[in-house]
Amino acid sequence: MRNLLFFCSLLFPFCVNAAALGFDDARLLLNRTSFAASEKEVNEFAKLTREQAVERLLNGTRTTAVTAPPAWINDPIIPPRTLRNLSQEERKAHQQEEIKKGFDLRAWWLQEMLVTPSSLTEKMTLFWHNHFVSSQQKVKYAKLMYRQNVLLRKYALGNFGELLHAESMDPAMIIYLDSATNRKGRPNENFAREVMELFTLGEGHYTERDIKEAARAFTGWSVEPDTGEFRWRPFFHDDSVKTVLGKTGNFDGNAVLDILLARPETSEFIVAKLWREFVSPTPDPKEVTRIANQFRSSRYDIKVALRGLLLSDAFYVQENRAVLIKSPVELTVGTLRQFNFSVPNALPFAFTVAQLGQNLFSPPNVKGWPGGEAWINSATLLARKQFLERLFRAQEMPQGMRVEMKEMGKVKGAGKIGMEGRERFTQAMESIQFDAGKWLSQFNGDERTQVARLVLASAPVDRLDNNARGLELIRELTRDPVYQLK
Amino acid sequence: MKRRIFLKTLGLGGCVVFAPNLVFAASPAGNYGNLLVLIELKGGNDGLNTLIPYADGEYYRLRPKIAITRDQVLQLDERTGLHPSLKPLLLLWQARELAVIQGVGYPQPNLSHFRSIEIWDTASSSQEYLSEGWLSRVFASEPVPKQFAADGVVVGSQELGPFSGGGTRAIALANTEQFLRQARLADDTAQKVTNPALAHILKVENDIQQAASRLKGNYEFKTEFPKTQFGNSLKAASQVIAGGAGVAAIKISLNGFDTHSNQPGTQQRLLVELAEGLAAFKSALIEINRWNSTLIMTYAEFGRRPQENLSNGTDHGTSNVHFLLGGKVKGGLYGLAPQLRQLDGNGNLAFGLDFRSLYTTAIDKWWEGDAKNALGGRFAALDVLRA
Repeated sequence: MRNLLFFCSLLFPFCVNAAALGFDDARLLLNRTSFAASEKEVNEFAKLTREQAVERLLNGTRTTAVTAPPAWINDPIIPPRTLRNLSQEERKAHQQEEIKKGFDLRAWWLQEMLVTPSSLTEKMTLFWHNHFVSSQQKVKYAKLMYRQNVLLRKYALGNFGELLHAESMDPAMIIYLDSATNRKGRPNENFAREVMELFTLGEGHYTERDIKEAARAFTGWSVEPDTGEFRWRPFFHDDSVKTVLGKTGNFDGNAVLDILLARPETSEFIVAKLWREFVSPTPDPKEVTRIANQFRSSRYDIKVALRGLLLSDAFYVQENRAVLIKSPVELTVGTLRQFNFSVPNALPFAFTVAQLGQNLFSPPNVKGWPGGEAWINSATLLARKQFLERLFRAQEMPQGMRVEMKEMGKVKGAGKIGMEGRERFTQAMESIQFDAGKWLSQFNGDERTQVARLVLASAPVDRLDNNARGLELIRELTRDPVYQLK
Repeated sequence: MKRRIFLKTLGLGGCVVFAPNLVFAASPAGNYGNLLVLIELKGGNDGLNTLIPYADGEYYRLRPKIAITRDQVLQLDERTGLHPSLKPLLLLWQARELAVIQGVGYPQPNLSHFRSIEIWDTASSSQEYLSEGWLSRVFASEPVPKQFAADGVVVGSQELGPFSGGGTRAIALANTEQFLRQARLADDTAQKVTNPALAHILKVENDIQQAASRLKGNYEFKTEFPKTQFGNSLKAASQVIAGGAGVAAIKISLNGFDTHSNQPGTQQRLLVELAEGLAAFKSALIEINRWNSTLIMTYAEFGRRPQENLSNGTDHGTSNVHFLLGGKVKGGLYGLAPQLRQLDGNGNLAFGLDFRSLYTTAIDKWWEGDAKNALGGRFAALDVLRA
């Protein structure tokens, strides 16, 4: 017996972790890594140890979407020079078409989030969309935004170094950060600055001189106008010697990216950002360094970083529960998934998330959505509450949701989906279904306690009405301020 | 005599007794009985076709298609005149209540909508990223009286802009009645919590509750507001003010100034909307006796390029013209007239007056505060307000 105790104390961390997660830890893990977990999933994970649970999540990730993309992704793009020669009306029509495609794209991605067997894959794709920011507002071509999204998903839980290289040479990014106009003798520093400040090192770990030198290395990257593919233009490349972060050589863009990847600041910057996404708003510097070291020695395997975070004690401590604010996408997709809504077409929710402040494929600027507390102001909070209220107003969904149609007009670009788009929107709205009775029937016995512990990340702020049952109970819980947290 | 000194002599300084006087109960630090109304001309209004240098041949050379002809211009002096659509503003000009500020901009201008409006909203320099809006910083250093319905109200948009971040009690609404209807969804818990995310949500819930409990929104104005979105916003703003609930600043946006193509028709429509709206706003403020305690200021992310483009429009530019108006404004032309022969490498105008000088004017002169704390530097205030 004493031997066993001794043995156990040597392996202390493993002994603790070897215990089953239990309902609350399983719920925490699943809700932070997915769009709301069902009672069944939580119960399944509750029986696993931390390691088993995290492995199951990481083994289940994908590199492609299960939802079929819009058909137009195979259409050729109209090169800018052709566009310039079109009449005013034709150009306008083309612009309109691209904006409509943008809505197809948003509906497609939201649909994928609603049905994917690996929510974590979509959460990480969204995480990288908000890291390697590009916006359709500037890129214009919806097809390029789609391709970028495919790329983000391909590497979402793969290798960060490969992701950085692929993203830097991605045509949408080349347009978004002006790499195509960055030429020998006429440098444009936009990409060079953002790649250091926002994609790798973080502010304060480079000089203005590093940016100028790096910008010269990135010259020559461009887009083939007829296909929208990456194109290398050696004629525009500055092949003289550059000095970046103390290293001197005849660098091209890829060489500079490798210099950035070799810096410890890069791994720490990424791990701290993942911490704020998954663990808490205030990264623990020691833990970040520990996990960043593992991340770097794995040559930037993103799963290594995630595993480190999801297995850390900091992830599970009481102080870090319910401390993250759900993004508009998490609130919307999470609610629809949580309550088993049937959503044949996710188009209406493209407007919902935009109205709540997260217009997919159009982050506000190169820094992306600031997130956290910035998600909540008087307008967005009331809009969140109104969205939830309408969802659960009545069993017959279309009636409650029709009001949303009027609100929709206020979303930027909403007027541009045209008559046909409006029809699709109405149809989509009317086909949304939710069966409260059926959903509640999965709980037997003490429905109130069980539903509350499943849908809320911590105890509710408001006192629950003891008589609330059924749909009324769901409305009460989703109205509580704690429902905004994960 | 200043209102709060007046109150003091009556022994009412800082004392809140009845609702109509609530707005005049200024805090010791800032005279928030004076209201600031910001009008954002979103997309970047073309200043050169707003205030036209009609005597400058270079203007007509740069804009062969979209220039406003000399005979159309509403002349303000022998060189400068307003766009014909701004006719309703002429009355204000003649009453010397309209200040026209030329050449407003900042060093190393950024030509992106997003980034440049962020610079204006946070009053940062071009290379500096700040997370808090400039008014949030003003209110942090000189708090708005607690009994006010809100520190700031944003009408007709969800972008808090200058009210972003910090502890600012900012409310966004489209109209007061709708806000009051929706506000019933807000939670009225008075719980104190340690979880910062939850505390933030509860603060916003409380801000909504407080605003909703003070705002009325049913004042019967005799003034007719234009039946446009901007007109509706001004009406909503007037309702907020008329309730006497107390608010230090209001932001209203007029969208659509990003006129890359076919500018003349679009800008004409927008300027009519602006000018008719402002004229109605003045009339409403006079009705409720607030014209002399309201300062209206326009702003935008940037002006537009002097040289017209090939689509009958203009591309993103730099420095711009802005308006200050109100019962206490000393009307006239201010700032640096456009130097059309000294354009920069992108073909854009040099600026003559840092936009933070306008903010300093509002903070130091209008609110009698200290702009240095909020703006992180000294910018000269304009002598544009009557005592």
